[in-house]
Amino acid sequence: MNFIKELLSDKNKVSQNLKKIFWIIGSLLFLVGFYGWAVRLIDGHIKANYGSIVTWGLWVAAYIYFIGLSAGSFLVSSLVYVFNYKKFERIGKLAVFTALITLLMALLSIWADLGHMGRAWHVMIYPNFKSPMAWMIYLYLIYMLLLVFEIYYLLRYDFVIGANNETLKGKLYKILSFGSKDKSEESRLRDKKIVKVLATAGVPIAILFHGGVGALFGVVAARPHWHSGLFPILFLLSALVSGGALLTLISSIFQEGWTKNREIVIDLGKMVLGLLLLDILFQISEFLIVYRGGIPGHIAGWDLVIKGPYAWVFWGWQGFVGTLIPLFLLTLKRKSPQWVALAGLLIAAGIFGLRLNIVIPGLAVEEIHGLTSAIYSHRVDPHYFPSLSEWLLTFGIVGFGMLLFGLGEYFLPKEDESKTELLSESKV
Amino acid sequence: MAEKIKEIEKETSSISRDEFLSKLIKIGAGTLAATIVSNGMLGTASKLIAKSKNETPVKRKYHYGMVIDTRRCVGCRACVLACKAENKTPPGVSYTVVFEEILENRPNDKPVFMTKPCFHCEYPPCTDVCPVSATYKREQDGIVVVDYDRCIGCRYCMTACPYSARWFDFGENYPAIEQGTDWSNVPSPEYKQFRKREHEQSPIGNVRKCTFCLHLQDEEGKYNKAEGRWPACAKTCTGKAIHFGDFNDPNSEVSILLRERQYIRLKEELGTSPNVYYLI
Repeated sequence: MNFIKELLSDKNKVSQNLKKIFWIIGSLLFLVGFYGWAVRLIDGHIKANYGSIVTWGLWVAAYIYFIGLSAGSFLVSSLVYVFNYKKFERIGKLAVFTALITLLMALLSIWADLGHMGRAWHVMIYPNFKSPMAWMIYLYLIYMLLLVFEIYYLLRYDFVIGANNETLKGKLYKILSFGSKDKSEESRLRDKKIVKVLATAGVPIAILFHGGVGALFGVVAARPHWHSGLFPILFLLSALVSGGALLTLISSIFQEGWTKNREIVIDLGKMVLGLLLLDILFQISEFLIVYRGGIPGHIAGWDLVIKGPYAWVFWGWQGFVGTLIPLFLLTLKRKSPQWVALAGLLIAAGIFGLRLNIVIPGLAVEEIHGLTSAIYSHRVDPHYFPSLSEWLLTFGIVGFGMLLFGLGEYFLPKEDESKTELLSESKV
Repeated sequence: MAEKIKEIEKETSSISRDEFLSKLIKIGAGTLAATIVSNGMLGTASKLIAKSKNETPVKRKYHYGMVIDTRRCVGCRACVLACKAENKTPPGVSYTVVFEEILENRPNDKPVFMTKPCFHCEYPPCTDVCPVSATYKREQDGIVVVDYDRCIGCRYCMTACPYSARWFDFGENYPAIEQGTDWSNVPSPEYKQFRKREHEQSPIGNVRKCTFCLHLQDEEGKYNKAEGRWPACAKTCTGKAIHFGDFNDPNSEVSILLRERQYIRLKEELGTSPNVYYLI
């Protein structure tokens, strides 16, 4: 206990230690991921535990989770670049960068889930405009390009200035500036305008693609657990909650952590609390309508969630760890950034439980009574628990994302840095 | 477009009383008000929607389907095995299954057995969701197929099928193939492609489903029961419970059975309009 107290008392040490912990966890997860990827690439789907009843498993849940984080953090960044919310300006770039990394993680997860990874490009040459999945893929492409351009124009000026240095960073900046040498104030203003245009265009796209993921599930009339008009909205809300929560955590670890980002962490905490309450309201509404409606097929999915074999995901993971504790922290400890950051971590983790509880129970209900006992095969089983290789591949993607993010945070120019450099430039 | 709407408006205004009533019942109480103001936009719109879903005339050569007699089915599962032997499906992939429903208070406690192939729905939800149009309903005979060379294995169609008629091929081999017996040299004749269960040859990583054994069709798309070119499950059924045929032909076995007997279709409320009927 004393050790922890000591750790917490020296605030600079804390943020450094948190970064160290981040790098250690990220590297470990990245390394264990190799096993999962090796199994996936060598054995295909044989070692995965889903089958022809529960056709989507952990990887799909991970995909909708990551894509939610991306949409959420992008929408938070739009507060800065579209709605000019000055308070969050310091973490604006961080939020856009997070959106890009989590998008890559989402695409990796869903790519691993494909039966034919090498055929992903078929969506481009054989489009079916009736399929929500096809819409998603086109939107992701547009969104990814938009994010790359937005980051470029956000950082171009910093790259140009940093390119003068002979350090490794300087060389990297020279490459990343793509030959741009314009240091004038006008160019800076032009960049700002471009960013505003891109960020504004990004808002409807982010809403479309994540609401669209909700619709991807919602339109499936065969699965009553998904077939609800609330689904696209629920997806958006939980995206905002998880994205906001992740940014709360990130901004209290990076950029000197919560010592410098204190106000931002606390403000983000307030925002996340509001969104979380709204999300809970929507969830309860869905729950009540289903149970009061009383149609057996509709109830079956929810029955699995609240009293099935994996009810602990709902009550323990999503409910207690991911909702109840953070609610207490965000209301009772709302003034202390380290507790708010912890709440952010718990909420972000809890939403993963929520994503699992969307994908699996929707599929684990027999579509035709008696079907799963008609054939003896482990592929015809409504019980699903991810296999080791499924878990490790998912961890690997998380680790990969963390390392990419850490490297980006280390190498990319920070808000303060460019300002001090700007000052020194102007002195010269 | 405007002309079309005018045409439809004309149609609706000169509607007879009986037609009007039957339409009311068809469309349902929800759109009652819309139908009453049938000259208005709402009426036109609801008519358009109804037309697109239910009144499209079926213009195709053959309309294949099955009629399965639940009174004759004894649950022997010969159809399941015949299907496996015909299509060489791997473990965990069964184009047809037999499930049983135990009804209480039924004389002599015989459960109801139902064999369930793919229903080749008139409005299949699986084909609409496929992001690469790898699965589609064939125009000439209404059989829903999967293009094994195009399918990316996303399994969205499996979630959309309300009847669990689709199966993912994990690449799990028969023991016969792993042990290198003669059986392993027998290719699967699906879609007349004759694919061996080897990498790159067999549809590993794809979604698979019943095809009404369409590899047994001749060039014109016809089956022939006398020559044995008939879906394996229907051919083998010991209780003669599975009837297969062309619904377009009024004299076919299946058409006659539907005229003479009581039938149900599963989950009709989803609007899929399956082409497999169960006699009760």
